[in-house]
Amino acid sequence: MTAPDPADPAPGARGQPDQQVSSAVADPAAATRRHDPHEPEPVHLPQSLVEKRAAVHNKRIDGRFRRFKWAVMLLTLGIYYGAPWLRWNRGPYAPDQAVLVDVANRRFYMFGIEIWPHEFYFVAGLLVMAGLGLFLVTSAVGRAWCGYACPQTVWTDLFQHVDRFVDGDRNARIRLDAAPWTWGKVTRRAFKWTIYLAIGFATGGAWVLYFADAPTLWRDFFAGEAAPIAYVTVAILTLMTVTLGGFMREQVCIYMCPWPRIQTAMLDEKSLIVTYKDWRGEPRGSVKKAEKDPAHFGDCIDCRQCVAVCPTGIDIREGPQIGCITCALCIDACDRVMADVGRPRGLIDYATLEDCEAEARGEAPRAPWRTILRPRTIAYGLIWGAVGLSLLFALGVRSHVGLTVSPDRNPPFMVMSDGGLRNSYTLKLRNMESRPRGFRITVDGLPGAVLWSDTVGRADAAAAQTVTVPADQTRTVRAYVAVPPGTTAQDFAFRLTSLDPQHETARARTHFSAPAGNSP
Amino acid sequence: MANSRIDPATGTETVGHEWDGIEELDTPMPRWWLWTFYLTIVFAIGYVIAYPAWPMVDRATKGVLNWSSRGDLARDMDAAEQARTGVHEALSRVPVERLPDDSALLAQAVAGGRAAFQVHCTQCHGSGGAGSQRLGYPNLNDDDWLWGGDLRAIEFTLVNGIRAPGHDDTRQSQMPPFEGVFDPVQMEALIDHVLALSGKAENNRQGAQIFADNCAACHGEAGGGSRALGAPRLNDAIWLRGSTREDIRRQILNPRMGVMPAWENRLDPATIRMLAAYVHSLGGGEDFIAKADDPAVEVDDRP
Ligand code: SF4
Ligand code: SF4
Repeated sequence: MTAPDPADPAPGARGQPDQQVSSAVADPAAATRRHDPHEPEPVHLPQSLVEKRAAVHNKRIDGRFRRFKWAVMLLTLGIYYGAPWLRWNRGPYAPDQAVLVDVANRRFYMFGIEIWPHEFYFVAGLLVMAGLGLFLVTSAVGRAWCGYACPQTVWTDLFQHVDRFVDGDRNARIRLDAAPWTWGKVTRRAFKWTIYLAIGFATGGAWVLYFADAPTLWRDFFAGEAAPIAYVTVAILTLMTVTLGGFMREQVCIYMCPWPRIQTAMLDEKSLIVTYKDWRGEPRGSVKKAEKDPAHFGDCIDCRQCVAVCPTGIDIREGPQIGCITCALCIDACDRVMADVGRPRGLIDYATLEDCEAEARGEAPRAPWRTILRPRTIAYGLIWGAVGLSLLFALGVRSHVGLTVSPDRNPPFMVMSDGGLRNSYTLKLRNMESRPRGFRITVDGLPGAVLWSDTVGRADAAAAQTVTVPADQTRTVRAYVAVPPGTTAQDFAFRLTSLDPQHETARARTHFSAPAGNSP
Repeated sequence: MANSRIDPATGTETVGHEWDGIEELDTPMPRWWLWTFYLTIVFAIGYVIAYPAWPMVDRATKGVLNWSSRGDLARDMDAAEQARTGVHEALSRVPVERLPDDSALLAQAVAGGRAAFQVHCTQCHGSGGAGSQRLGYPNLNDDDWLWGGDLRAIEFTLVNGIRAPGHDDTRQSQMPPFEGVFDPVQMEALIDHVLALSGKAENNRQGAQIFADNCAACHGEAGGGSRALGAPRLNDAIWLRGSTREDIRRQILNPRMGVMPAWENRLDPATIRMLAAYVHSLGGGEDFIAKADDPAVEVDDRP
């Protein structure tokens, strides 16, 4: 792990001291010769049933991708930990938490949007969008999800920073790992694991806050008065966070997660991945060796910095592999090294396999937008947008009343003493506004019908009835509809009209049953 | 295995099988995976000790926790019973005519009554309370009540039954058989008159006279019936035992009268109250008439 010496005169050895030229460009013949994919020497692994996990102690690195990763991490963690605390005024009849999954009352609140269980297609639509979004992202920019936004990645990154904070950088951690269990090491480990637990607790704790009023639950939780399920959930999620983020880490990506498998199937030679340009880098040789034989060696100086910074501990130079989450930290590392030795950046870079081949042949690289905008990504993008637009449209035109009717089937009709007929219905009136509303129920298309209900007696039967439905609730009303003698069986509809200025209406078709003798 | 070899690309041994040139790598699994296997074994041992597991001759081992699904059920039933007692308590305290004042309690009573109805009443009245014209079980959904359709009257009927044998307070009445009383012409005239009461036939003086002499005492001059006597209304569209001439003739000559058991000693007062509330809610329930013209109902005023 010799850091390259910035004073190394390697570039000068190439004769053009101030121009960064890759060895492949300097000597195309050599490049073509080296284009065969690099294959590691077949090592003879000791055949054993199980494989011991080698701890990954990734080195600190700074660079543009690392900074981007920091930004994404701040953003995602900020959203996750902060969202339950945002408030949103919905008036006196609804909770004021901006994002709330109210399981007990079966409501999902998201800022100005309130989703009822029967509108679950909105959530389904969002999931469809999430799925398509992943397809889109994967075919455009490869495993960007894995590299930056996946919770497993974000929390692993967080825990690795904790490691670095407590135990020092890579070398110190490797030494400490190997060191015997002295009191000093025990103290350090205890300290580190306490931080792990605190992060885990914060993570589990934030989770339950999405399911109840956050400030109340917070108070109750620490007063020991929250529901047992809250404690159980927090405990399980705390353990899960610590296990997955603190200890399993890259093992989750390599062995447990289905997503890399799916992505592997979706990537093609036109997808952006983090690649080591072997045609440019091979054969590897230290700066000193290259100095002696510039024509033979490629740009890779074999400093292993890319391996040292990798959060999953792999060597990208072995080629694209499932362990690579494309976090691009190795690009940062390699770019630094290349800058230090005065060679062009991008020996490891975001590139498509096709571009790599073209580049190796000495052709000009394609513009990045051509990689991102191609039929497949455009198709995904269009479908994604279409789903999103239709969701928005549905959200815009959805009404805040609902009416469902179920006629009594046993008995289907009733002869009244005046010879008239009565049918009974169970109406469900849904008021989706966060305030109580009055509604008028009328009967549409059933001549001579009068209506009464379980709260309005038959004496007050009339063609229309008024009921009040509490804020944000569904009210069940038994409705009795009577018609004059001789009415035949027919379809008709109930109509619900809100008595507020909106005058929202809902209609529900149903059937009026009559004896067979009354058939038309 | 015999054919296993080292795969050059990965350096991993193959398992030695080959299908159409496709071989399977024997990739070593991660060690933590192995631990999870061991963990499941430990869990299984713990489970076998804690829970019923080994089948023996006539039962399984009990497990140290003594858990059983039957016990679970019993606990759930207990909890449900506990939850019900509150409603039962309240119901046995509130007189039935006060029920509508407390809409929450009324709703619970109707729900409980629906369940009790399915157990005790559907055998005759049908699961929807529609009764049966062929068998003479009254329909409970309509607005025609033989003995009264307000909450108190319904409760009284439930408590004391109708013509319930051996019950002193039961609702009682008797229609005499008219077998051999009228000659065929008189009979037809009477049937005409009964049908005419609800406009189903022409008026005729002979039938009217016979009706006034023999029937009006109970069924009323205009056929309005009498709830005190349980005499059905004849001038409406509802026919308990059918409206054909044949049906009417049969009923005059050899009347059949319904019997309903008294539920007083079979169901607790709260359940009876719930049933009353449910039947009342079916759609034909009546409001209280100021003067109760049914037998005095004793208001349950136990504490
Ligand atoms: S492999 Fe799976 S767990 Fe790992 S970063 Fe990708 S999606 Fe996340
Ligand atoms: S090889 Fe590079 S891009 Fe892939 S996971 Fe490692 S550091 Fe990230």
